[in-house]
Amino acid sequence: MSVMKERETTCGPPPEPGIPPIECRNLWKIYGARDQEALAAMKKENLNKEQVLERFGCGVGVVDASFSVNQGEIFCIMGLSGSGKSTLVRHVNRLIDPTAGSVLIEGQDINQMSFEQLRQVRSQKIGMVFQNMALLPHKNVRQNVAFSLELRHISREERNRVAQKALETVHLAEWGESYPDELSGGMQQRVGLARALAADPGILLMDEPFSALDPLIRRQLQDQFLELSEKMNKTTLFITHDLDEAIRIGNRIAIMKDGVLVQIGTPEEIVTHPADAYVADFVAGISRLHLVYAQTVMKGPEYFEKNHPGVSLENCPESTPDADLDTLIDIMVGTDKKYISIMDCGQCVGVVTRGALLRGIQGKETSIEGV
Amino acid sequence: MLEGDATIWQILLNPFELFVIPFNIWMDELLSWLVENYRWFFQLLRMPVDYVLVNIERVLQSIPQLVMMVIAWLVGWQVSDRRTTLFVLISMAVIGLVGAWAEAMTTLALVITAVFFCVLTGLPLGIIISRSEKIEKLVRPVLDAMQTTPSFVYLIPVVMLFGVGNVPGIIVTITFALPPLIRLTVLGIHQVPYDVIEAAYAFGATEKQIMFKIKIPLALRTIMAGINQTLMLSLSMVVVASMIAVGGLGQMVLRGIGRLDVGQAAVGGLGIVLMAISLDRLTQAMGQAPRLRGTRHWYERGPVFMVIKWWRKKKGLTE
Repeated sequence: MSVMKERETTCGPPPEPGIPPIECRNLWKIYGARDQEALAAMKKENLNKEQVLERFGCGVGVVDASFSVNQGEIFCIMGLSGSGKSTLVRHVNRLIDPTAGSVLIEGQDINQMSFEQLRQVRSQKIGMVFQNMALLPHKNVRQNVAFSLELRHISREERNRVAQKALETVHLAEWGESYPDELSGGMQQRVGLARALAADPGILLMDEPFSALDPLIRRQLQDQFLELSEKMNKTTLFITHDLDEAIRIGNRIAIMKDGVLVQIGTPEEIVTHPADAYVADFVAGISRLHLVYAQTVMKGPEYFEKNHPGVSLENCPESTPDADLDTLIDIMVGTDKKYISIMDCGQCVGVVTRGALLRGIQGKETSIEGV
Repeated sequence: MLEGDATIWQILLNPFELFVIPFNIWMDELLSWLVENYRWFFQLLRMPVDYVLVNIERVLQSIPQLVMMVIAWLVGWQVSDRRTTLFVLISMAVIGLVGAWAEAMTTLALVITAVFFCVLTGLPLGIIISRSEKIEKLVRPVLDAMQTTPSFVYLIPVVMLFGVGNVPGIIVTITFALPPLIRLTVLGIHQVPYDVIEAAYAFGATEKQIMFKIKIPLALRTIMAGINQTLMLSLSMVVVASMIAVGGLGQMVLRGIGRLDVGQAAVGGLGIVLMAISLDRLTQAMGQAPRLRGTRHWYERGPVFMVIKWWRKKKGLTE
């Protein structure tokens, strides 16, 4: 969260965090008749998935997951199939009951709620998009989009109006009368998104929404979604198995493996400081140009003066701490100077040397090289 | 008989020769007890069935033959294709020409009544059963028994409880024709893909909304197949039920066999076959999704659409 604030280079004090819309505390999910026994054993003995299956006949879904998603943030959970990410997201609207732990939606524990209260939360606060669309085949597109309103007994006129508006936001205004099976996969998923947006919930759960689509359409929908979410300021929990997608879309990313959240951080943190070999392996192929920022590769002014005595920073090009490597390369190429001074609120907060920039692109530590 | 070791061994090895549960006597007594004490209850059950049957038959018998054919033509046009409609009309003409029209109408009334009560009881039962695996486990053997018990076994008890005539015939028919509707309703509801149900829950649906807005609409085609099956079984049972004085085409067949009058039996048989095929094709066409036939809604075709178009035009002119 601290890094989030650093990225927003506002000069004033950081905004009050308030109550996070989604918060999971020590969430466990173990499938099987002997789940409580398995849970106790796992807490005590640090067993892995296979051992639990062998000893208790239980499947492990989620292991001690804790995280919170801030207002307006897009939080990606990234993991391979079978890592428990879809299980985890289904705890957030309690489609699955946890074995232990709690889920707070706007500060309220949904596992303590009655079914009626839970229904209210689901229909008004949380929208969900599914990997396989899960549109209702017997209803046309408009009725599908209006479904959450229909469940709340809102009048036909009103819900048609709202549905039409939601369809316009996903550029499907003309398709209200069609049936889902008459639409392409990409269009179906836009209907799924419109359905999730129709009730204007504060929270969006997206369970691999673009995974079943071909790469070109996927990219289009990612762009469209980013554009929309910037406009609408929804808190989003986004599940994906594609790290590129997570990096493109997420403000923060959680990497999940065998039910465990291995690392939570900004894309930059995950790429520059992978928590373990598993994450490192994942991020190895990711381009750093748009992920690493000046604040990571720069050195403080005092450090610079010590190592480069007598070098004046006057006439050097300037940039900001949140400029990415790509921008810095452009600046460096366009000048004959060797240094870029990084300014924040009218003050020099650091210096990026040519060597540090190149090392940054490489992904190697800069300090030991003494550049 | 009881001399020597060999006989003792024989008794030990074949115990059922000595010990027999008097099941037949128990059933006799049970039935007598039911007839003595609860006949009023079964007679009460007769009333709604009787009421529906009498009225349907009165209507069917009073409609002139040609008007009936026009109605069949309109229904065929609405729900099916031209070939089916033509087949239905020719079948009706043949039934009329061989002199079995009145009997066919009686049989039709019996079948419609039986199917009506099957749907009335089978659909809710299927829905209830689909909600609980426990109930399903309990009900399944009952359904098996209803389908496999030879109809002759319960013909006589039914007569003792309900008397003879068309109404007990329909009771027997319902017993036999109900199971497939219940089974297929349960099957259809279980076949609804879970991801759609999950999505509905995710948007805050109640159990009732899941059932009526998701499960039943998506199970409808399977349920229609169940209704079709029920209809076919009703038709075959209505013939067997002629043994307890149920009228119609079955009666023609039975009387023909009784008098070795092959001709009359053949007339009844032909009528039943033609009626079965006609009803089967029509109900199968009803179960088909309208979108498979090039329209979005069922009312966008056939005579109903003509009426709508005419009405719209008239309204447009007067406005």
